[in-house]
Amino acid sequence: MSRRVRVNPIACEAHGMCAELLPERITLDEWGYPVVDEKPVSGEELAHAKRAAQACPTFALLLERPR
Amino acid sequence: MSAAGTATRTQRAPVGTPPAGSLPRLLAGVSEDGGRVSVTRHFSVHGGLPLTGARRSWGRREHPPLIEETHRAGLRGRGGAAFPLARKLLAVAAARGPAVVVANGTEGEPASEKDAMLMELAPHLVLDGLVAAAEALGAREALIATCELDEDATDSMALAVEERDAAGIAPHHAPSLRVVTAPGHYVAGQETALVSYLDGGPALPTFTPPLPFERGVGRRPTLVSNVETLAHLALVARHGAGWFRALGTPASTGSTLVTLAGPVARPGVYEIALGSSLESLARAAGGTTREVRGALIGGYAGAFVPAESLRGLALSDEHLAAHGGRMGSGVVALLSSDCCPVAETARVARWMAEQSSGQCGPCVNGLDALAGEIEAVARGRATDGRLEQLSATVARRGACGHPDGVVSLVGSALEAFPSAFAHHARGGPCDRCASVPELPLPAGRVASPRSRTRRARR
Repeated sequence: MSRRVRVNPIACEAHGMCAELLPERITLDEWGYPVVDEKPVSGEELAHAKRAAQACPTFALLLERPR
Repeated sequence: MSAAGTATRTQRAPVGTPPAGSLPRLLAGVSEDGGRVSVTRHFSVHGGLPLTGARRSWGRREHPPLIEETHRAGLRGRGGAAFPLARKLLAVAAARGPAVVVANGTEGEPASEKDAMLMELAPHLVLDGLVAAAEALGAREALIATCELDEDATDSMALAVEERDAAGIAPHHAPSLRVVTAPGHYVAGQETALVSYLDGGPALPTFTPPLPFERGVGRRPTLVSNVETLAHLALVARHGAGWFRALGTPASTGSTLVTLAGPVARPGVYEIALGSSLESLARAAGGTTREVRGALIGGYAGAFVPAESLRGLALSDEHLAAHGGRMGSGVVALLSSDCCPVAETARVARWMAEQSSGQCGPCVNGLDALAGEIEAVARGRATDGRLEQLSATVARRGACGHPDGVVSLVGSALEAFPSAFAHHARGGPCDRCASVPELPLPAGRVASPRSRTRRARR
C-alpha cells in the first residue's frame, strides 16, 4: 500500500510541523509553506507521513491514494 | 462594450441548415448595427432546438445522443481551459443524483468581452445550449451566472428568460432557468468558486476533489460550462458534428469568439474559424494602425508572442503551443511599439497578484514577490535568477490555477522580449516605461477578493 502526500493549500497556515516530521519529503519555502515531493510513500516512510499528517494543527496534510 | 463584428461580412438569409463552412455562426442574426437577437428572430434564424424528449434510462455503454454528437464534434470549452465538453457531460451524467447545469458567463478576464457580448446580442443561443445540456443530463435546474459589473449582459439574459416564458416556448420538461449575478473579481468565475457562490458561500475557489461534476451546487453533480461553449452546443444539437467540424482544424474544431484589442482600426469581438490567421483577423478589424511589437494571446493566464512570430501565426491551441500559448479565453491583445513590454508585464502581474483570493500561502506571497521582482527588473534592480526561482516556487502550489497562469504569463514575457528585459535589468527604465498603458485592466472597479482573507507576509 502506498500513499501520495498532498497539502491542502487553503487549510495550510505554515505551522511547519510537517517539514520537521517528514523532512525527507517536505521542505519549507521562504514563507514557511510546505513544498512536497509527491512521489508515493510506503513502508516505514508512510508511518512517518501518517504521524506528520496527524500532527498538522489545521489538518492540511493529506495522504491520498495514488491516482 | 465595443462594436461587434464578424471576421466575415457574409449575412445570409436564414433557411434551414446554414452553409457549414461559413461565418457567422454564433453571431448569425445579429444585425449590422449590433442589435440584440430577440426570441422570435432567434428561432427564425436558427430554427427550433431539436430535443429528444425527457431522459430515458441509458445503458452502461450507452450515452445520450447529444453527448455522442458533442464528442464527434470535438467541441472544447471556450472559457479558458479548452476541456472537451463531451467528457464533462459524461462525468456529470455518470455521477449519482439529479444534475444541475450552470452557464458560466462571469468572464473575470479583464481583456475579454466576448462572453458579455454574446449574452447581450445572442442570449437565446446560450439558453438553448443550457436547455440541451440539461435535457441530456436530466437536469431540472439551470442557472445562468453573469458578472454583476456587466449589467447589459445580465439584463439581456434575464429578458431572454422572460421572453421564453411569455412566448410559452418552454416544453413541459424544460429546466427552470434562473439568472444569478456573481462578483467581478478575477477568480470568481473559476468553477469551484462559482459553485461555492451559487451555494451561498464566498466566490472563492475550493480545494479539490470534489470537483463540481461530483459534488457541485446543492451537493449535486453540476455541469459548469462557459456561455460560448453552450452556444456552440446549441448549434451542434441542431446541425450535427459534421457541420460543426466544417470550420476549424481537426484538433481545434469549429468557430470561436475572440476579443481583439490594441492598435487596430476596429477593436472588438470577432467570430473566427479556429486555425485562421492573425493577419486575417487584423484585416477584418480594418488593419493595424501602429507598428506592432507583439501580442498577448489567451488572456492574463496566456502568453506573449513577439512580433516576429506573429506573421503567419494561426489562432488555435496546436499552433500557439509552439510559442507556449493557447487560445484560452480568446483574448488577442496587440501591443504597439510605443509600449514597454516590461512595464506592461509588471502592471498585469501586480494586478493578478492583487486578484489572488488570499487563501493559499504560496499564491498570496509568491505572486506578490513575483510582481515585486518584475517591478524591480523594470527599475533596473533585478536580482539574478530571482524571477525563475519565484516562478518555480509558485507553480502548481495553489488550490486553483491562478498562480500557474501568472507564472505562464511572466515566463512567456521573458521569452518573447528577452532584450527588453535585459536592457531594463542593466539600465533601468526605458523611454517607453511611462507611456500610456495598453493592456486593459479594470481601473479600480474590481475589488480585490482578499480583504477578509490572508495577507501577504512582507
